[in-house]
Amino acid sequence: MDFLRPASWEEALAAKAEHPTAVPIAGGTDVMVEINFDHRRPEYLLDLNRIGELTEWQVEQDHVRLGASVPYSAIMEHLRAELPGLALASHTVASPQIRNRGGVGGNLGTASPAGDAHPALLAAGAEVEAESVRGTRMIPIDDFYTGVKRNALAPDELIRAVRITKADGPQQYSKVGTRNAMVIAVCAFGLALHPETRTVRTGIGSAAPTPVRAKAAEDFLNAALDEGGFWESGRIITPSVAKQFAELASGACNPIDDVRGTAKYRRHAVGIMARRTLGWTWEQYRGAGRTLEGAA
Amino acid sequence: MAHTPRVASAPAGTPTNISQGTKTRGGIGESTLRPDGTLKVTGEFAYSSDMWHEDMLWGHTLRSTVAHAEIRSIDIGEAVAMPGVYAVLTYDDLPAAMKNYGLEIKDTPVLAHGKVRHHGEPVALVAADHPETARRAAAKIRIDYVELPVITDEASATAPDAILVHEGRDDSHMGHVPHPNIVHRQPIIRGDADEAAKRADFVVRGEYTFGMQDQAFLGPESGLAVPSEDGGVELYVATQWLHSDLEQIAPVLGLPEEKVRMTLSGVGGAFGGREDISMQIHACLLALRTGKPVKIVYNRFESFFGHVHRHPAKLHYEHGATKDGKLTHMKCRIVLDGGAYASASPAVVGNASSLSVGPYAIEDVDIEAIALYTNNPPCGAMRGFGAVQACFAYEAQMDKLADKVGMDRVEFRQLNAMEQGTLLPTGQPCDSPAPVAELLRLVKARPMPPERQWLAADAEGSTVDVRALPGGLSNTTHGEGVVRGVGYAVGLKNVGFSEGFDDYSTARVRMEVINGEAVATVHTAMAEVGQGGVTVHAQIARTELGVSQVTIQPADTRVGSAGSSSASRQTYVTGGAVKNSCEAVREKVLELGRRKFGSYHPAWATAELLLEGGKVVTDGGEVLADLVDVLEDEAFDIELEWRHRPTEPFDLRTGQGNGHVQYSFAAHRAVVEVDTELGLVKVIELACAQDVGKALNPLSVLGQIQGGTTQGLGIAVMEEILVDPKTAKVRNPSFTDYLIPTILDTPTIPVDVLELADPHAPYGLRGIGEAPTLSSTPAVLAAIRNATGLELNRTPVRPEHLTGT
Repeated sequence: MDFLRPASWEEALAAKAEHPTAVPIAGGTDVMVEINFDHRRPEYLLDLNRIGELTEWQVEQDHVRLGASVPYSAIMEHLRAELPGLALASHTVASPQIRNRGGVGGNLGTASPAGDAHPALLAAGAEVEAESVRGTRMIPIDDFYTGVKRNALAPDELIRAVRITKADGPQQYSKVGTRNAMVIAVCAFGLALHPETRTVRTGIGSAAPTPVRAKAAEDFLNAALDEGGFWESGRIITPSVAKQFAELASGACNPIDDVRGTAKYRRHAVGIMARRTLGWTWEQYRGAGRTLEGAA
Repeated sequence: MAHTPRVASAPAGTPTNISQGTKTRGGIGESTLRPDGTLKVTGEFAYSSDMWHEDMLWGHTLRSTVAHAEIRSIDIGEAVAMPGVYAVLTYDDLPAAMKNYGLEIKDTPVLAHGKVRHHGEPVALVAADHPETARRAAAKIRIDYVELPVITDEASATAPDAILVHEGRDDSHMGHVPHPNIVHRQPIIRGDADEAAKRADFVVRGEYTFGMQDQAFLGPESGLAVPSEDGGVELYVATQWLHSDLEQIAPVLGLPEEKVRMTLSGVGGAFGGREDISMQIHACLLALRTGKPVKIVYNRFESFFGHVHRHPAKLHYEHGATKDGKLTHMKCRIVLDGGAYASASPAVVGNASSLSVGPYAIEDVDIEAIALYTNNPPCGAMRGFGAVQACFAYEAQMDKLADKVGMDRVEFRQLNAMEQGTLLPTGQPCDSPAPVAELLRLVKARPMPPERQWLAADAEGSTVDVRALPGGLSNTTHGEGVVRGVGYAVGLKNVGFSEGFDDYSTARVRMEVINGEAVATVHTAMAEVGQGGVTVHAQIARTELGVSQVTIQPADTRVGSAGSSSASRQTYVTGGAVKNSCEAVREKVLELGRRKFGSYHPAWATAELLLEGGKVVTDGGEVLADLVDVLEDEAFDIELEWRHRPTEPFDLRTGQGNGHVQYSFAAHRAVVEVDTELGLVKVIELACAQDVGKALNPLSVLGQIQGGTTQGLGIAVMEEILVDPKTAKVRNPSFTDYLIPTILDTPTIPVDVLELADPHAPYGLRGIGEAPTLSSTPAVLAAIRNATGLELNRTPVRPEHLTGT
């Protein structure tokens, strides 16, 4: 195994162009586990840790440009206001040590349905900034996940950053694991209210071959909120609407039975999380919500 | 005796003397600190995986990828040819007539011979100059397996056409088992349960399932074997019992025991999982073959295959009671899955059967426990050892029966609690304090933790702290669906090795003057696996010999056996041996003192004399001499074996016999909060009360109780090795999917310690390490049942069990 250590982003792109099988490594959260378990023996490891700009972020007018290697702990500390859903998701990632090393670029590169960031990205709205020696392209997050642990990147492309829409309303994120910390998702759910566009977006993790949005649930809810004038009135959402939203979110799942949980449980739990996260965000939108003590 | 050869250079990371005790205090009853504590928390402690020797090779074990198969052929050609590979060994390379090992039944092949019986069984060994080379070479070994049907439960094990897991058994249990796929069977019959059942106004029955728990120690199996000049081998290893290893290692190496010299290396936890051999023999074989030091370190994945687990069990119980709440009878049948090799299964059966009634006085019982041979992972010793599974079931029964009778669940238990003098189902009287009712009273009397602890009011309104809620940081509830539940349980554990086993320990104690101060040295083969023996031995020496400075020598086989660091026995038995050897040394010192100074003071002849604060004193406190002056250049060095009261085997038909040494009791109250919609659990508090006889080191006692309590919580709500019932393959051999409690899962554990002396034990102490692991699990389950109203007859409880999904 060759270990490539580019000193700059340009060198990294050149190395990836020359060795398309090279596996990029930053925090090593996924890559090192796969190597340790002997699941993967890449010919080349492409170490991105010398490229400082990957750990930087810029807060723009309507989005945050988040470097691929910005650690989860930095998101929790510095971007709670702009990216509340992703900050909550970051809290659920592994242990403090891993949160200090791992970043969203790794989650996207691995594209595991269990990656903690995905539901938050789907709910907020995001574009993946993919780059190669051929140039840069922006991949909408909805088109990024193409299969189990597969994504839309070309073999010569690297993830430079992800541009995440800044929150214009409350966001929530819930994850079920069978331990109260440091646990891989049995399933997860992200929800973002977008009052500016009067829409609700969602993201489901670990309950389908890829991270997915609960589109039918979103469409139903958007229509119901619109027709009932909820955005204007700020009234409590009718329980029957919340219930149907939860059922549709549950229906968006296409889970499997595995060692972490049953398919039936995953469908059930996604429905519960959909109802609860809708309730929490809506309460906050109405200005009546409790704040969440973020614990790190 | 063969001469002890010099080792050219001791490997790096080899244990060294632990000097401690600069204070004049630090005797028994004080919370002296662990001498290795700071090293461990700062990461400086050398564990067995940290050892290094110049010129050493790395060993790797190739394990079966299937659970049950014939081996048609093994082709090592490509592996041997790899550069950097020094040796590839299979069954054919074993040097001695003895090819098997085992704690009691020698049924476990060092390397598979013609057949593999479980997923992950060792088939071949590689030694190479780099661990990666060894691993890659092992991957090039071609094994032609022909798979056989798997035996996974009682039905498949005892079916008329069942394949025998072990053909041609000739062990001592074969004569009394109903089927060769049953390792051991122990019935216990006392009184007449059928007749007594007629007196019962209420009868409850239950089928209970206990999952397979792993010891999940953090330091993986590891060690270093160094060949020596005389053709023998020096083995540095993390284990639980050096001399038991030695007895199993030497015969398969074809060496006399004195040519296998073992030294305990830094142990990263054990909990029963290091009672069996793991890499010991393999490393020695490779070292002797290559003539080079060989180190083997399992990774976490391999560790799950490298040691035995806790027996999963199916338990069927029937209890009856009269209207006024007195238990009439108990019938039970306990089926333990021992997996492919016997390991400690016979003793686990003995414990499960003899402790199946729990800490209750029931005169009429009909008990049967068996352990199966299957193709599941081998199971053996783990903290609680047979008593844990039974406690989970009988405590569920107690709640059901109390409810039927219409009594408070704790009062029902207190009414039926055993006490000093109670006869156990084996006919053995309990002849020391048994404060079962009092322990229950103590946990019940504790104030309840406040409700809704996740809510905190602040200036901006109320705040939710998700860390205090089920789901924790995963942010699944802000109080929705959360219901509190409370549950109680109490358990009964034996201490020490039972059923007539010669359960002795050896201690060598030396006393001399060094640099103008009388000092003591304690040398035992006790495996320090975290229990605190290195602290307690020094405390005992200070108390008995009146010295400040005590050196604890590394544990090795140059001193006699200290028995196993298991069965809650080390403080009792090896502590007892240290005390006994100290007393012998003290007698020598006093004899010398009488010779030298007896004529100067009449008290030398008439008074009870003690050694205290570096002096010989009378029991009235009068100083007679300084130890330095008594000893001068004299050194006393005494090695003695020490035994507790003997025990007897259980009768194979009736189960009668004085089989146990001592009993240990703990009670728990669990307070849980359950997210009833998502099926997630937060244990808020696990209050424990335990009788420890005498707390030699109160801080260590608390650590043991809190640790045991947490390990019991683990099997209640998350810990389980999942084995595919179709293939008998392990599905979750990693800490990603075998979950153990984090600090956020670990509740407040307030502890009440009773010290009711056992008159038969050294200092009146009681073995403590296991009892809290018993009652913790059923208390948590009872609390979850209380919160949800569900029956929950299996542990661990998973979210799908709580949500019906």
